[in-house]
Amino acid sequence: MEFILIPILASLIWAFLPIKSRWIASGLSLISLVVLLTKYNQGSFPDGLVVFDQPWLGESVRFTLVIDQITWFMLFLTQLLLPIIVLSVKDQNQKLIAWAFLMQAGLNGVFMAQDGLIFYLFWELAMIPIYFITLQFSEKDNFVTTIRFFIYTFVGSLAMLASLIYLASLSGGSFAYADLLNTQLSHAQSLIIGGGLLLAFAVKIPIFPFHLWQADTYTNSPAQGSMLLSGIMLKMGLYGLIRWYMPLAAESIDFYQPIVMTLAVVGIIYGGIIAIRQDDMKRITAYSSLSHVGLIAAGFFTLNSSGFNGGLLQMLVHGLNVVGMFLIIDIIQKNTNTRNLSELGGIASKYKFFTVLFFIIVIGTAAAPLTSGFPGEFMLLNSVFKYNSIHGVLSGLTIILCAVYMLRIFQKSALGSNEIAMSEVSFVDYVPLIIVAFSVLFIGLFPQVILEIFTLSVEKLMLDISNAKGVLS
Amino acid sequence: MNPIILILGLPLLGFLINGVLGSKLPKSVVGAIGTASVLGAFIIAILNWNIISQPENNSIHLDLFTFLQIDQLSLKVAFQLDRLSIWMTLIITGIGTLIHLYSISYMKEDDGFYKFFAYLNFFIFNMLLLVLGSNFLMMFFGWEGVGLCSYLLIGFWYKNEDYGKAARKAFIMNRIGDLGLLLGMFLIISQFGSLDYSVVFPQIATGNTSTSMLTAISLLLFVGATGKSAQIPLFTWLPDAMAGPTPVSALIHAATMVTAGIYLTVRCQVLFALSPLTNEIILWVGLGTAVMAALIGLKQNDIKKVLAYSTVSQLGFMFVALGTGAYSTALFHVTTHAFFKALLFLGAGSVIHGMHHEQDIRHMGGLKSKMPLTHLTFLIGTLAISGFPLLSGFFSKDEILTAVFLHNKVAYVLLAGSALLTTIYMFRLYFLTFHGQYRNHHHAFDKVHESPMNMTLPLMVLALLSIVGGALNLPTYVTHSDGFLLSWLKPLFIIPQSIHEINHNTEYVLIGIAVLIFVSGFLIARNIFVSKATVPAENSTGLGGILQNKFYVDEFYNKVFVRPLEITSSVLHDLIDGLILRAFTFGIFPMLKLVGRLNKKVQNGNIEMYLLYMVIAIVLLLGVNLIFA
Repeated sequence: MEFILIPILASLIWAFLPIKSRWIASGLSLISLVVLLTKYNQGSFPDGLVVFDQPWLGESVRFTLVIDQITWFMLFLTQLLLPIIVLSVKDQNQKLIAWAFLMQAGLNGVFMAQDGLIFYLFWELAMIPIYFITLQFSEKDNFVTTIRFFIYTFVGSLAMLASLIYLASLSGGSFAYADLLNTQLSHAQSLIIGGGLLLAFAVKIPIFPFHLWQADTYTNSPAQGSMLLSGIMLKMGLYGLIRWYMPLAAESIDFYQPIVMTLAVVGIIYGGIIAIRQDDMKRITAYSSLSHVGLIAAGFFTLNSSGFNGGLLQMLVHGLNVVGMFLIIDIIQKNTNTRNLSELGGIASKYKFFTVLFFIIVIGTAAAPLTSGFPGEFMLLNSVFKYNSIHGVLSGLTIILCAVYMLRIFQKSALGSNEIAMSEVSFVDYVPLIIVAFSVLFIGLFPQVILEIFTLSVEKLMLDISNAKGVLS
Repeated sequence: MNPIILILGLPLLGFLINGVLGSKLPKSVVGAIGTASVLGAFIIAILNWNIISQPENNSIHLDLFTFLQIDQLSLKVAFQLDRLSIWMTLIITGIGTLIHLYSISYMKEDDGFYKFFAYLNFFIFNMLLLVLGSNFLMMFFGWEGVGLCSYLLIGFWYKNEDYGKAARKAFIMNRIGDLGLLLGMFLIISQFGSLDYSVVFPQIATGNTSTSMLTAISLLLFVGATGKSAQIPLFTWLPDAMAGPTPVSALIHAATMVTAGIYLTVRCQVLFALSPLTNEIILWVGLGTAVMAALIGLKQNDIKKVLAYSTVSQLGFMFVALGTGAYSTALFHVTTHAFFKALLFLGAGSVIHGMHHEQDIRHMGGLKSKMPLTHLTFLIGTLAISGFPLLSGFFSKDEILTAVFLHNKVAYVLLAGSALLTTIYMFRLYFLTFHGQYRNHHHAFDKVHESPMNMTLPLMVLALLSIVGGALNLPTYVTHSDGFLLSWLKPLFIIPQSIHEINHNTEYVLIGIAVLIFVSGFLIARNIFVSKATVPAENSTGLGGILQNKFYVDEFYNKVFVRPLEITSSVLHDLIDGLILRAFTFGIFPMLKLVGRLNKKVQNGNIEMYLLYMVIAIVLLLGVNLIFA
């Protein structure tokens, strides 16, 4: 419960008390990270540990929160990224931090919820702040983009709600995860329920062709909005796939698997190809993200352990790296007033340290060995290749495309003979970048340390899924 | 302490020290740290030679930690120093030391001096990772790592955007190859459940794996090799890579990194030995590359470009050897080529240094009096690569020609032709640079100077090696036994390397032909290029034009791959993403507004109308109930 209360409290403090320091905000956001780290042993329960359980709407909806290894890992991802993001908020956007804390509460709830309705509730709670962030704090009028984003995600959410209600009605009215899991579905029922869940998650991740809201939203949002969306929020969708869709509607996996695999692989290439020509650094990062998370989704849908473990690992890595990219872009934009590659160049000649960090994040994203991008991508591509060699070869093209657009983004902004006027990068800006760059090297060298966090729960979850599948077939 | 830790650790340490503190250290210290760390690794490798050469204990292992554990598949950070990897290590660190030494002078004016040495050390580290890894994953780490260093060093002068493009091109073309390697690894995992050499190779040797599977794996690995070792179709990055400083060209793009593909094949000898189709493909790809690059080399005017195409061509020779199954021969040529090509590049660097950054051989000439040491050593390099009898290149090339002669006569003729071209373009280069009249109007002849000692010393060492390098694997007709390198590698090959018996008469005829090739190539080049005041006019029509334009391969790739990809990118973004979004915006928003407006009409505040709706709704509900009940 503390992972929901602390952020809500922090949000209230920030909203109503006249404090104006990024350091204090970061400190505030560090509390829940520290609390989480002290509870690492709770994550050592592969089967999950009930940390809160109260009846809520009668007996059919219970406010149940459970932490298993995967949940702990997702909480870790959230609590780790939030201080980094908060630290980068511009001084004039301090109110944004209050929203970010509220969102953190929602996200933590999503990852811990063990009841269908509670899950939905937190899912929506996490969404509300991001609407306000994208709407209020962007530089230019962002109304159309936000509405579009809202409609997209809301349609998805409604489909999910409908699916959950339908499923609960079949399970005798209970929304409890265990009851939903044990409900036997007919093929048609599983297709309907699974379809609704999938739609919600596919929009959120996003999986091609449900990505249309993404590029504009990332581009027009304030940097921190883009970081929250791509770094953490889209992981809700990926998490939903493995925790909610797959076990609950396991009977439909055989039907949806080839469809999602194909769409995901198309998205990998589609995003990668678009990213190689864009001028706006944020837009490139948006499409790059589409490509990267497509691979994670594909890895999950292979249903093999290389895909599951690699996908989870890559969630953290992608979160860190994409936040790193947005940090870089934000700093460049703050100091040069542009983020268009055609107007940039030559940063390297003045800002050597900044360029080094930039380059580390670039090669981390491009998955060079000994950087964090590599192990996850290796496992994911291996799993996709195992599923189907054609899918494997096609999704493998990402390592070429990614090299093309990441090196382009680096060279066009940092290298060249331009003498770009840039004011001094401040220490506060460097701290989050250093953390990300460190993670790139650390995870690149010791990925097994991260895998150990969740691998037992992954085994358990995969067993649940295959059992649920087995009921029908 | 395990020697592998030191061999890998010293260059890594050099990289870290120079990378972090280098900007604050004096250049002499930076250079000393960079050179000493590589020299240290070299010495340690030498000290362990005896251990490795013991037949019963011929490798040293180092297992550090588990990198990834996926189900039963355990991927370890683990290394081995065996007969093959120590051989490569000595080449890498030996030539690496000389080139580091040379760079101290060559780069001394450069602002990025410490960065250069840091990158160079990091390259050595990655290259050692590649050859010392005891599983495919470690090799892949090194494989991509050297690609990254190559990128950083080609684009070392980062303010020049063209250099940046060349660097990017190199990295991307390498990545295309890397994808092949990666997919090959996935197939190996699915087939053998491991990436460890010690698990995979014995399994292959049992012969229980289907030939089609072995062919698929070996072909994918070969795709990786074509990228790194600049073979058709992925060779076009190497000539562009000459944008990097000349020591980089010598170390990375001649002596070491580009031979990684050959190392890979020799390492997987058992796999390739059982994939006859792959061998045939390797043979012809190598042959095609050898001939094509040699032809292009005839018409290049940039001193480094000539050498770059020469490298591509010589790498082709090595692959031809691999294609015929002569693995030790390929490694022999890797070794001698490392000597004389590093020598030639460093010599070219000395010329460029002495001529104040002039690289066009049309603007050189007559340098032999001004740069006697550079001239002499360059001549030795030229003789060695051209196959002057008894120099190192003569023996290694002759071995390749003999192997291919026994394998396929057509291929032999083509490769012999390529050898002739080699002699011609090398002597063209030599004559235009060092003989004739000085043809440069920008720099006075008086200002041309010989390079300092720590540049000429490596030249002399390499020249000596280029002369005597043939001793590493003397042919049977000299020693009446197997050559040294062949016997050295023998215990490593699970399936013995096939050695064709050849009768002595044929052997002597082949040697005669080789000598004839050298002499005629030399005479042709001498006739055209020596003792002329002006450079012969270029014939830019017909074949000459095609060669000058490098067979238009870059243009072809641009038209067929790059442009279409760019157009697709724009189409996908502007049309598909853009149009659907616009349709969404302009379609759904008005629709929502329309719904809103209709709704407004319905909810007009008129109570009677509301009652009417209610009644209609109740009737409808009842009706539905009746029908379905």
